[in-house]
Amino acid sequence: MRAPSARTWQTAVLALIVIGLIALALGGYLTPLSRLVIAPFVSAQTWLSTRFLTLQNILSSSQDLTRLRQRNLELEAEVSKLQSEIIDLKQQIVETRVLSALVEFARVHPENRYLAAAIIGRDPSPFVKYVIINRGSDSGLRSGMPVVTSQGLAGRIAAVTAGAARVELITDPASSVNVRLEPSGAQAVLLGSLTGELSLDLIPQTASVNVGDLVLTSGLGGNFPGNILIGQITSVYQRETDLFQQASVQPVVDFSKLEIVLLITNFRPVDIEPLVPTPGAP
Amino acid sequence: MATLLAFPILGILLVLQTAILSQIPLLQGTTDLVLLAVVAWSLQRRVQTAWQWGIIGGLLVGFVSAVPFVVYVVGYLLAVGFSLLLRQRIWQVPLLAMFIATFFGTLVIHLATLVALRVSGIVLPLGASINLIILPSILLNLLLALPFFTLLSDLANFLYPEELEM
Repeated sequence: MRAPSARTWQTAVLALIVIGLIALALGGYLTPLSRLVIAPFVSAQTWLSTRFLTLQNILSSSQDLTRLRQRNLELEAEVSKLQSEIIDLKQQIVETRVLSALVEFARVHPENRYLAAAIIGRDPSPFVKYVIINRGSDSGLRSGMPVVTSQGLAGRIAAVTAGAARVELITDPASSVNVRLEPSGAQAVLLGSLTGELSLDLIPQTASVNVGDLVLTSGLGGNFPGNILIGQITSVYQRETDLFQQASVQPVVDFSKLEIVLLITNFRPVDIEPLVPTPGAP
Repeated sequence: MATLLAFPILGILLVLQTAILSQIPLLQGTTDLVLLAVVAWSLQRRVQTAWQWGIIGGLLVGFVSAVPFVVYVVGYLLAVGFSLLLRQRIWQVPLLAMFIATFFGTLVIHLATLVALRVSGIVLPLGASINLIILPSILLNLLLALPFFTLLSDLANFLYPEELEM
């Protein structure tokens, strides 16, 4: 039997050492040692990797910037589009509210037939209070038809073309409306003015008129149907020496924000001009 | 050509005036864009269609307004006549002429309106009319006089290019 050679012994020792190292590693006894060995490599790799990534960012940043700018423009366009949609929707909400109020008004006054129209302009002259609406004789409008809003009386049609009409507001200096005061039942005349304020004249001295009384159309004169609300009395001027009382009226309609109005199409104004006695006539 | 151009230009200005500017008053006064355009056009040196612009502007505004249309036709023609007079007298300072013509043009049209309304039975208080309408309207028109003069000057230079001597 031949004795083991030196090479065999060397191999066996190496195997034992490897097995021992593996056993020690599995047992966790080599962790501090491995940490010591690995740490410099990790540090070096981290340093190298950081520098590489920085360099890569610098090289690719121009492309990113372009892409970001493009994306920013797209997003800004999207925001503008959405804002415009929001404005449209808000406008639609406002219009819906106005129309719903007008429908409610028409439901409460079933005796009249209504036609809605939008205000598209105001008279170029600041001396008169007229508005232009987008309905005309093609829609069956005629001069003299009363114009109301969901709150109350606004005016009447003064002139008509095929596709548009001019409406004289009750605030016009030339406007006069026969009215009735509630609860006293007194008759008076509502007058417009240069500033758009409304006032009452020709209130009998004997009538009991108070602040807060309601002003409604009386229907006298044939220009407007009766019982349409106009406003409330805010102050009364009464002097013993005057023939009549006067009063200021706060209208229920906000004439600075008129957008949509209703036209009472089944009302025909009555021309009482021939019945008014003229001086010298038999 | 320049006369026909009055229809779209004055028409657009009238639409702007009735739809937007009439709803932005200063006290009760408002801007008169058509008057400004007519006056600025009349003050341009080579323009020969000033009277036509005055008539067209007057008819357009008179058709839309409840004020008798004669007021605007006569008022704009008076403003054109006054502007042409100023163009001859103070041609060296066209901007000054623009301001003066705007001032007197606005005044004439508003006074003519007052007279016409009085004739038709609507008596407006003169003091309130001056304080609440005439003076604020003059101020608004004077504020817009300069940009209008510049715009109409560019238009006149485009339509009537200066002849160069060779």
